Amino acid sequence: MTLVDRRGALKRGAALAGAAVLPFGVPTLLRAQSETIRLGHITPRTGFLGQAGEQGFRAAALAVEEANAAGGILGRKIELIAEDSVNPATAVNKAQKLIERDKVLCLIGEVSSASALAIAEQAARAKLPFFNTGSNSDALRGQNCNRYLFHIEGSNTMYTKTIGTWQKQKNLIKGARWYFLTADYAFGHDLFRVSSRFLTENGGIVLANDMVPTNTADYSSYILKLRSLKPDYIYLNLAGVDQTTFLKQYREYSLPFPLTGGVMDTISFWAAGLENLSGTWQSLWYHGIANKDAQAFARRFLDKYKLPPDNQAWGDYVGVRIALQSMAETRRTDATSIIQHLEKGATFDLLKDRKGMFRPWDHQLLQEMYVVQVKDKGKSKDKWDIFDVVESVPGAKESLELIQPTQAENPCKMA
Amino acid sequence: MTSCPSPLLLQLFSDPSLLPLLLEQIVNGLLVGAFYIVLSLGLSLIFSLGGVVNLAHGAFYAIGAYLAYEAEQRVGFFGAMVISPVLVALIGLAIERLFLKRLYGKDPALGLLFTFGLAMVAEQSLRMIWGTTGLPFSIPDALRGQWMAGDFIYSYYRLTILAVSVFAVLGCWLLLNRTPFGLVVRAGVRDPEMVRALGISLNPALAAIFALGVGLAGLAGVMSAPLAGVQPAMGSEILTATFVVVVIGGLGSFWGVVLAGLLVGVVRGITVFGCPPGAEASMYLLMVLVLLFRPRGLLGERFEKFE
Repeated sequence: MTLVDRRGALKRGAALAGAAVLPFGVPTLLRAQSETIRLGHITPRTGFLGQAGEQGFRAAALAVEEANAAGGILGRKIELIAEDSVNPATAVNKAQKLIERDKVLCLIGEVSSASALAIAEQAARAKLPFFNTGSNSDALRGQNCNRYLFHIEGSNTMYTKTIGTWQKQKNLIKGARWYFLTADYAFGHDLFRVSSRFLTENGGIVLANDMVPTNTADYSSYILKLRSLKPDYIYLNLAGVDQTTFLKQYREYSLPFPLTGGVMDTISFWAAGLENLSGTWQSLWYHGIANKDAQAFARRFLDKYKLPPDNQAWGDYVGVRIALQSMAETRRTDATSIIQHLEKGATFDLLKDRKGMFRPWDHQLLQEMYVVQVKDKGKSKDKWDIFDVVESVPGAKESLELIQPTQAENPCKMA
Repeated sequence: MTSCPSPLLLQLFSDPSLLPLLLEQIVNGLLVGAFYIVLSLGLSLIFSLGGVVNLAHGAFYAIGAYLAYEAEQRVGFFGAMVISPVLVALIGLAIERLFLKRLYGKDPALGLLFTFGLAMVAEQSLRMIWGTTGLPFSIPDALRGQWMAGDFIYSYYRLTILAVSVFAVLGCWLLLNRTPFGLVVRAGVRDPEMVRALGISLNPALAAIFALGVGLAGLAGVMSAPLAGVQPAMGSEILTATFVVVVIGGLGSFWGVVLAGLLVGVVRGITVFGCPPGAEASMYLLMVLVLLFRPRGLLGERFEKFE
């Protein structure tokens, strides 16, 4: 017996041993090759969304590490191949590389809506599932939707309706005058469209909207302008570094207008520092929510990376777990089986109180979100403890569809 | 509602009482411009004397901010404002003596490639040392608050930046125009060969100017840390604007940079007021217009070595 044969026999033996413990069918496992299950991770890890992207990568790596420690799936080890997608053009190249050269089984990641659109096209062409973990644009779920694209990240409408439902309930919208500051790219335009629609439908008044180029270093001109407009509320539709910069400079002028917005990324708020924060926001996931699994995940992440997971880390962690769980449950790795499984309403543990499932017609993950309020400085335990969780939206007894766009609001026709 | 021209601008034509708002933007633009000047002056000096296009200028700006983050926790913000630029200048000096001095007088592409690589190494080093996530850095308590001039509002912090910038620019001017060192530098900018022919070595001046130039970038980094974030990509983000200011001002011209910095600040302020989506594009448009009519920049002179 040659060395190679002996090793092959060992592996087959291990697979059989695994089959004895796991409730999976034996034939699948006998066929299980020695090759690993390759997942492609693609997200911006440099540039203005790089900080969130890096958190996402860390979380994806942690999820893979944990899955391997638990014995892998289908008797195979899992391998994460990660690429940095700085901008849409690079995203296309990197997606092609992952698909053609690395032969990954699916793609997971992305923070920029513009890049996500580009990646989705590549994934659809190669007929591979793409789990979007960080891009919010409604258009990705609507006019640009496709069979292979699944959304773990919340859509702009979900973010808008989460905070909006709370604002409506507190009677803050009707007759109030809102000043918008919006990121001037795909995500921002989309978010302004849905957030201004929600506010005007509920009796709010859009005073003005300024489109801000990404990576703006100085907001004093905008702050002087909004000061003269005297709005009742400022609605922030900025992302990444721009969120941080605005928050810091807004604090500099001590203006009385309360802040809220169409998106909140914990990482940008951490970077601004608690003393520069104010207002009520929404969160897809926050490490302070009272849920046992969430707390356990936050601890594991903190132990490994010396800072807690943010909402983006949650997205990529859950993304990897959903992909792997689908393969384990279907005992297959091909796109058709996985998509069927997801469309048939498979449920997933999301480190939140309620389980989530994908909406079949637009592939959006139905889930709870949270209204969060900036903490009093004296009550904060550490520099990451910046929010009090006010409530989950939808509430425990409400339908998860409450914050979703309806089919009429965001129609999706899958080819 | 991606409005350009903005409703505010249209209103201005019918309602002149809004004019102070525009004026406020212009004055604020001058403040913002002061910051651009400190950042760009160093770049201009280094290019004028050594002929090196310093693509790592933004990296030194970022290093300045990170060192300030460390220094602030030990000696406070004002201490950081002194220590950090000096440290950045020393780092610059070491790099100049070790590497850059070998590239003077060679193909300009070499200096370009070297500083380009340096910028990438620096940015990744910042990531490795301080992590990828932004660091919180707030305005020091002593400088919090605002000064109200009539209906105009100015933050004390920005006024401090203005004062420091004016001080730095005047200091540089005095150094270049009222000292023997400055005489050598100015002569070296115009005609390095003649300076050498007179038996004066330009090497010390080249090293000193590089250190001074990146030190100014470091100072700008400290000043911007409480306003914009402290994060690894901050250097590459600011670099383009810095170049635009130098090009508008004219290569080799001290007052050109000052004028261009102020102009860019004001034009941007007016654009935010009148046509917000064009805010970032405004400086490039300004550059195009200036270069159309003055190919050497606003105050650029005709130097043999630049032709």
